Amino acid sequence: MIIKTTSVSECKEHTITDENVYHQRRELIKKMGFLGAASLLSSPASAGILDIFGEEKTPEALFTQNNLSYAAEKGGFAEELTPEAKITSHNNFYEFGVEKQQPAALSQSFKVDPWQLKISGEVENPLTLGYDDLYSSFDLEERIYRLRCVEAWSMVVPWIGFSLAELVKKAKPTSRAKYLAFETLYDPVQMPGQRSRRLGGGIDYPYVEGLRIDEAMNPLALMSVGLYGKTLPPQNGAPIRLVVPWKYGFKSIKSVVGIKFVEKKPPTTWNLLAANEYGFYANVNPAVDHPRWSQASERRITTGGIFAQNRIPTLPFNGYGEQVADLYSGMNLRKYY
Amino acid sequence: MAITVSQKSIPYLKALVHLAALYPLLNLYYGAVTDQLGGDPVEAVIHFTGIGALNLVLISLLISPLAKRFKLSFLMRFRRMIGLYAFTYGLCHMLNFLFFEVQFDVRLFIQEVFERPYITVGMSAFLLLIALAVTSITKLRRKMKGRWQTLHNFTYLIALLAVIHFYWSVKSEIIEPLIYFAMYAALMGFRYKKLRGWKDKLFSR
Repeated sequence: MIIKTTSVSECKEHTITDENVYHQRRELIKKMGFLGAASLLSSPASAGILDIFGEEKTPEALFTQNNLSYAAEKGGFAEELTPEAKITSHNNFYEFGVEKQQPAALSQSFKVDPWQLKISGEVENPLTLGYDDLYSSFDLEERIYRLRCVEAWSMVVPWIGFSLAELVKKAKPTSRAKYLAFETLYDPVQMPGQRSRRLGGGIDYPYVEGLRIDEAMNPLALMSVGLYGKTLPPQNGAPIRLVVPWKYGFKSIKSVVGIKFVEKKPPTTWNLLAANEYGFYANVNPAVDHPRWSQASERRITTGGIFAQNRIPTLPFNGYGEQVADLYSGMNLRKYY
Repeated sequence: MAITVSQKSIPYLKALVHLAALYPLLNLYYGAVTDQLGGDPVEAVIHFTGIGALNLVLISLLISPLAKRFKLSFLMRFRRMIGLYAFTYGLCHMLNFLFFEVQFDVRLFIQEVFERPYITVGMSAFLLLIALAVTSITKLRRKMKGRWQTLHNFTYLIALLAVIHFYWSVKSEIIEPLIYFAMYAALMGFRYKKLRGWKDKLFSR
């Protein structure tokens, strides 16, 4: 007799949807990927037929996503995935505008190659990863995670990436390394939100985030380079971003250029902006409300219009308590929100 | 430079205003139901109707200064209609929150209204709007006589509450709410004499 046990972080059978369809679809997408890229390359030529003013209107080359090879998630996750179109059109990435649809609209000429991710600070082996290194230095694997935004909506995203722990091990932190300080690219020429206060929401750039080193070593912490089988699009944080699924989304810093190992707790962007609303830890916690809205439940974005009944209870640590609660034993999570 | 508009053309103009107010709303809900409003249709309908209601309240406040300054008395015949559309958009805004955001969780709805100051402020504005919408009926207006104007002066408070509600709801992007504060200040500026009169009355007691 087989006794099947399910961990709390996994989901109930009744929420299972068309995972087979998803896998078939991914195969199809993989096959179609090159076709899609090719058709994009050819489009300026056909646009020329109607384009009387010639060169003046030639659009900038659009961002292209490449297919990735990776170890697929082994059927452990049973919640309905958020469709790719929604994951890539509903983004908080103020560097490309504060409205949800702006990052997708304003980021398509973003250049990610060449890229430099610099790992520095209290490490024995400081290193810099170039664009190609992001995809080749570590084995890539798929991780399907819930993403819970501090604004009380959530998604389920099939990320591709590698464990942050692998990167930490490679850098060999010294005994003084207590925290990791992350930094997003600062490039006002490419990122309109960094040029304009109106577009960028009055944030001081570059965007910075941080983790305690034991949080960074937790196997769930992911450096993501792709989603839905392809490299990340700019609006989701290309070419490389952090994904910390048990924390509110703003901790998962995008388009990372620097990871510095430090001794003291580093400053973090939203905490600097409103310390009473956003803490350093920002663990998903239904018991501690945001001062201006409840965090007890969330709206899960999948398919369907406004009539989709998608409000579900929020779980402590976003449902990953089994794996991460130990990190915070003895801490008052109301104080360290 | 008084512009007069013939009696005959008023119904056509009114039809135009109805169209201008209703079309975006119908278009919005069509997109929302068919899932064509981007990643999160719920957020989209809440924001659109909220900003729409605020815009309409401010337009309704612009009518009498315009009519007086430029002798466009025919504009006054559109004021009630625009006020009622402000109420309609406000109603949609509130119902969007109840139906689609908290999804009929009445306990959560009530909790949010009382615990979240920015929602309390928004709800207060909406409750006042209900009072104005109900008393916009001609019969009631006649019955109320002088008190009607007193009640409808609450539009100034409603507009202020709506702007505060907007300012308070955003995460960090305060430039747009500040523009709305400026527009509100300008609209109140047109009523400087009236407001000063109230102040004098208040302090002479």
